[in-house]
Amino acid sequence: MSMNTQGRPTAAGDAGESFRPKTFTGNRGLDMEEPLIFEVGSLENCGVDLDEGDLPEFELGGHARRAEIGLPGLAEPEAMRHYVRLSRNNYAIDAGLYPLGSCTMKHNPRLNEKMARLPGFADVHPLQPVSSVPGAIELIDELAHWLMVSTGTHAVAMSPKAGAHGELCGMMAIKAAHTAAGRSPEIVLVPESAHGTNPATAALLGYKVVSIDAKDDGTVDLEALKTTIAEHTGNIAGIMLTNPNTCGLFERDIKEIADRIHEAGGFFYCDGANFNAIVGKARPGDLGVDAMHINLHKTFSTPHGGGGPGSGPVVLSDKLAPFAPLPFIRKTDDGLELVETEAATNDGEQPFGRMTAFQGQMGMYVRALSYMMSHGSDGLRQASEDAVLNANYVRVGLQDLMSLPFGERPCMHEVLFDDSFLKDTCVTTLDFAKAMIDEGYHPMTMYFPLVVHGAMLIEPTESESRASLDLFVATMRDLVMSAKRGETQRFSGAPYLAPRRRLDETGAARKPVLKWTEPEPAQVTPEAAE
Amino acid sequence: MRYLPLTDTDRGDMLARIGVNSIDDLFTDIPEDVRFKGLLDLPKRASEMEVERKLSAMAAKNTSAGSVPFFVGAGAYKHHVPATVDHLIQRSEFLTSYTPYQPEIAHGTLQYQFEFQTQVAKLTAMDVANASMYDGSTGTGEAVLMAHRVTKKNKAVLSGGLHPQYREVVEGLSNMAGDQVISLPADPTGTEDILSQIDDETSCVVVQSPSFYGQLIDLKPIAEKAHQHKALLIAVFTEVVSLGLIEPPGTQGADIVVGEGQSIGNGLNYGGPYVGLFATRQKYVRQMPGRLCGETVDAEGKRGFVLTLSTREQHIRRDKATSNICTNSGLCCLAFTIHMSLLGQKGMTKLARINHGNAVKLKQQLGAVPGVDVLNSAYFNEFTLRLPKAADGVVEALAAKGILAGLPVSRLEPGKADLENLLVVASTEVNTDEDRAAFADALKEVLA
Repeated sequence: MSMNTQGRPTAAGDAGESFRPKTFTGNRGLDMEEPLIFEVGSLENCGVDLDEGDLPEFELGGHARRAEIGLPGLAEPEAMRHYVRLSRNNYAIDAGLYPLGSCTMKHNPRLNEKMARLPGFADVHPLQPVSSVPGAIELIDELAHWLMVSTGTHAVAMSPKAGAHGELCGMMAIKAAHTAAGRSPEIVLVPESAHGTNPATAALLGYKVVSIDAKDDGTVDLEALKTTIAEHTGNIAGIMLTNPNTCGLFERDIKEIADRIHEAGGFFYCDGANFNAIVGKARPGDLGVDAMHINLHKTFSTPHGGGGPGSGPVVLSDKLAPFAPLPFIRKTDDGLELVETEAATNDGEQPFGRMTAFQGQMGMYVRALSYMMSHGSDGLRQASEDAVLNANYVRVGLQDLMSLPFGERPCMHEVLFDDSFLKDTCVTTLDFAKAMIDEGYHPMTMYFPLVVHGAMLIEPTESESRASLDLFVATMRDLVMSAKRGETQRFSGAPYLAPRRRLDETGAARKPVLKWTEPEPAQVTPEAAE
Repeated sequence: MRYLPLTDTDRGDMLARIGVNSIDDLFTDIPEDVRFKGLLDLPKRASEMEVERKLSAMAAKNTSAGSVPFFVGAGAYKHHVPATVDHLIQRSEFLTSYTPYQPEIAHGTLQYQFEFQTQVAKLTAMDVANASMYDGSTGTGEAVLMAHRVTKKNKAVLSGGLHPQYREVVEGLSNMAGDQVISLPADPTGTEDILSQIDDETSCVVVQSPSFYGQLIDLKPIAEKAHQHKALLIAVFTEVVSLGLIEPPGTQGADIVVGEGQSIGNGLNYGGPYVGLFATRQKYVRQMPGRLCGETVDAEGKRGFVLTLSTREQHIRRDKATSNICTNSGLCCLAFTIHMSLLGQKGMTKLARINHGNAVKLKQQLGAVPGVDVLNSAYFNEFTLRLPKAADGVVEALAAKGILAGLPVSRLEPGKADLENLLVVASTEVNTDEDRAAFADALKEVLA
């Protein structure tokens, strides 16, 4: 078999089609099937040794549980094997390029994990005496400082638990500010390209969402914005805008947009999901932003963990700062004070309430600060520059074969293609993405943003080497050529080589099975029993 | 920079390939007058050793729970987590994967989420559970919003036994959304008259058991009254281990069960990340917030799992979504699942018995200290003491003696004279006889 210099076969199929047995176990070598714990565990088994010792008489006052829980246990080696086997059915950043646009799947340094597990951070209780946790408060304050400096702002609400929770926090601060000023505007403007969380957040707070069209180049249509503002004079609570936007483009008119919104009496909420493109290159505070959440799990690399936990601190402009929720840290001449209750607030501090019990995602704060300190001012800027460089490198590597909806202009940290290059191939965006799985790649973000037909949003991040990008580009080119040659089978049934083939999502939603139930005992007919 | 693979040669070659002269040519969309020049006013890059030195110094200033006799609960609990749990959740394939939107290559995540949902449904004795919320407090806020959607009413009645910070989360969200909240006064003994607060306008009643003060509450009469008025009972817990020993909310008529799952698999972490548990009745499943994992089959007929009923969610429904939530607490949910799989019902029951037994022993010892009253008649692993003087000063004095003694209620409910002397204490499996004796002796000295 001939191999090229990158160690991959020179043509599809060169890898050799040999006899593949149907196995008796359903396993395929290292690719192993694993039942549910309820099918392998036993009600008598337990993987934790617990000694009851001498128990006193119980004082449960008639509240004792009557029925069994019905959960089997596993001995430690069984549990280890079960979850190790499950893990091997997952794609991961550590295993390969993960070009999910808008999700920022960058390297997660293990130093951050080690720091978060120091007992002084991991084993402290949120309500133990404040005097026993000065280092925890110092860490939160230090991270707040790094976030404020890098965004050019002077206040940050640390406690939101995730990006969408940060959005909610920012919009609540905006609503509180309007209320404090005796205003009750009803409308929040949201561009078409926004993440779904934006309109969902605004609606949750009782706002009416009015959509703003995009121009042909994918950015907000300033004229349309002005017209909409004029139509709703005096009734604009604010705008929720992602910048860089979800098409991977920086909104050139950002200052003008901010000015128009401010003139209309509204606030500018910036969705900071894509802040990772501009750290050290532009500060949201200089762009007229009033509130912006920062996804610590994107920009500052706290692990995504299969869908959480996230963390979404919100930086606030001076106008919104007084409304920041409880708890917050106050700097005094005597040091740092943790303010946890309304009763402890001073004049000028008007928290709108509380987003969550306790102090927020401490474990994520430690990781994010570890990441930021490691990079420093120079490294953070370099990371953004490399992210943008890598995305543009992918863009020029593919733009002749795939289709750029907004022309050949530089993108930020992610590059957006549409599906017009697949026209007449009978291959859809979904099929194309699933074929990437067989090539060993996680698909890019698909069908988002909604402003583009069959969107494919690719974000390589700064964590990829040039060789890795070259291989990715070469693979994508091979797939495009294959689609154009009409080799539809490669796409329509893909993935063929993953732990699962394509799954029946319609069936799953029509008759939802959301938990395991014990199978009915097999019916034995009298004849069969004889 | 150790995390960046590109070399300066790579960067130069790549810029040339792109057809620009410098990296700044790729940032020209940022208006010139707001483009940031120079370096942010922050320290420059640091080696792994330097970062470790700085952060370790900060960590060393804190008193960790494991280093002293420790009795603080009130919503977060110090338990022993088996070493296997932390090892497994650090596997790359779990730690560094995204939300399982591509189920064919996220089957590991989806299968454990399905296992998690089953575990939570069984523990709470409810029909269905979601794939977790941020934590118990935000989950409670979401439960109230869900009840409003189900009942098409908007008045929530909150028990005085609800954790004060959970109450504040619900109140904040409701005030902002224009919904009504009736919050009953603090109820350390579980003797409030909540039934008289329920009427036809009530959308839901929110009751915590064991309560913030540790009292076990009979939910059945509250469920009955709520249902008479077409309102839902939202049952809250902050200590999931209690479900190993006490009657689950599902058999007491709860419509939504929401709670904090931190105790199983997860450390204290100074308040987060934690894992919210959320379960409900089958008939309300389409009104549920958060992610759901469902069973299905793949093209070859093999059992598989996918995220399902996503038409409830923001990325499809946008402003019509049931919630703006788009994450769960993935890795904490995995930690919960692994720890629970190790325990099984046998271990969970045993763990709960030990917790309760330790609490009874602690109650006996502290209750014997002159001037100390125990307020709770029935409790799990936590109860409330009335001290002869203000509890916050006592806790500080005990901390000075190296004992972290519990939560003075006044820290969360300041300025309320009747609560000033109350101390909420918890005892879990980690406490030894020596810990309890040290606590009782020190309390005696401080109160003398």
